[in-house]
Amino acid sequence: MTELEFEYLRNFLKQRSGLALTAEKRYLAESRLTPVCRRFGIASLGDLIGSLKLAQNGAIERAVVEAMTTNETFFFRDRIPFDLFRDTLLPEALARNAGRRRLRIWCAAASTGQEPYSLAMLLQEAGPRLAGWQVEIVATDLSTEVIEKAKLGLYSHFEVQRGLPVQWLIKYFTQVGEQWQIAPSLRAMVDYRQLNLLHSFASLGQFDVIYCRNVLIYFDAPTKSDVLARLAAQLTPEGALLLGAAETVIGLTDRLNPHPKHRGLYGHARPAAARPAEMVPPLRVAAGV
Amino acid sequence: MKAPHQTTCLVVDDSAVIRKVARRIIEDLGMNVSEAEDGSAALEACAVSMPDAILLDWNMPNMDGFAFLQALRRSEGGDAPKVLFCTTENDIGAIARALRAGADEYIMKPFDRDILTAKLEQVGLVADAA
Repeated sequence: MTELEFEYLRNFLKQRSGLALTAEKRYLAESRLTPVCRRFGIASLGDLIGSLKLAQNGAIERAVVEAMTTNETFFFRDRIPFDLFRDTLLPEALARNAGRRRLRIWCAAASTGQEPYSLAMLLQEAGPRLAGWQVEIVATDLSTEVIEKAKLGLYSHFEVQRGLPVQWLIKYFTQVGEQWQIAPSLRAMVDYRQLNLLHSFASLGQFDVIYCRNVLIYFDAPTKSDVLARLAAQLTPEGALLLGAAETVIGLTDRLNPHPKHRGLYGHARPAAARPAEMVPPLRVAAGV
Repeated sequence: MKAPHQTTCLVVDDSAVIRKVARRIIEDLGMNVSEAEDGSAALEACAVSMPDAILLDWNMPNMDGFAFLQALRRSEGGDAPKVLFCTTENDIGAIARALRAGADEYIMKPFDRDILTAKLEQVGLVADAA
């Protein structure tokens, strides 16, 4: 791949997915796109870039974007964001929404489904506390390929052994040959949709909790700012946004503030003067949690 | 001054290769590893010194992992170690049976460093990365 071709690829990925590919990631582009060439019978990376320029084959364009995005995920990844949901965010939302008995969660970069299904398992474990509630988990991803895998809920024995307690494996999965499939009742809890984070979120509505973890790290600063501001617009007034451990809102948006106690947790920023006296601070957390 | 306790793990497997691979991963996590090649040798080792964790194969000569686990849980102090089965018995029925007999976790072979580390985190023997 020539310098010019690599430059074209960088611009293409930035426009299509927000992915900011740095010059030193050239090796990554070459290793991930070579299989795409083989799949479409294209002789070289140069020819692949040539076909992107012609903009005549949507399947090749999608394959290039999907090959360059990282889909690594596992059940209960990093544990703390899920402990926080079970111990703090869920009980608070149940108290706050007790009148309308509705809870909406969005996994904004759901990949192959481990994150939304981890939340679905925690919600099942909450049992009778959610009886009569309308609970919705919306899970979106850029890649239609990973969404199809997520919908199937079929995982290898390697995938179900990272982060998932074995007791929950036998409780919520069935064995399908060498693989494990998550229970239909949990699959039915998750509404999968293809969504590019560069596009509008307005049709999704408002959410009590948004997980958008380990995706902003691939964007440049202006794209991060734009996505964060639009995520804030989809959060209910007391809603919670969870980012990955290496991500932050600081210096990127003034619409969100980090929680003072919980790393990776963010809520709406409100000037003290604008806050009604009786209004509790956003993301109030029970003492001792 | 008393030295800080180093977490101990007994690796029970009739395959020397599996014991070697597991030892390398577990030692990298800061644990002290000993080995036994079947269930009866493991019981003898536990009678001398009860480990904090046991990584346990199922199919072994002399005494298999399941019989070992039953004997261990009946023995004095035998309820303390965290037992992680590590086996090719990957059927859901075998997993349920192992849990009922007192296993704490279950690793389906083949495994890798990430899985073994995650499972040891799961039972609280390794501080997790989070």
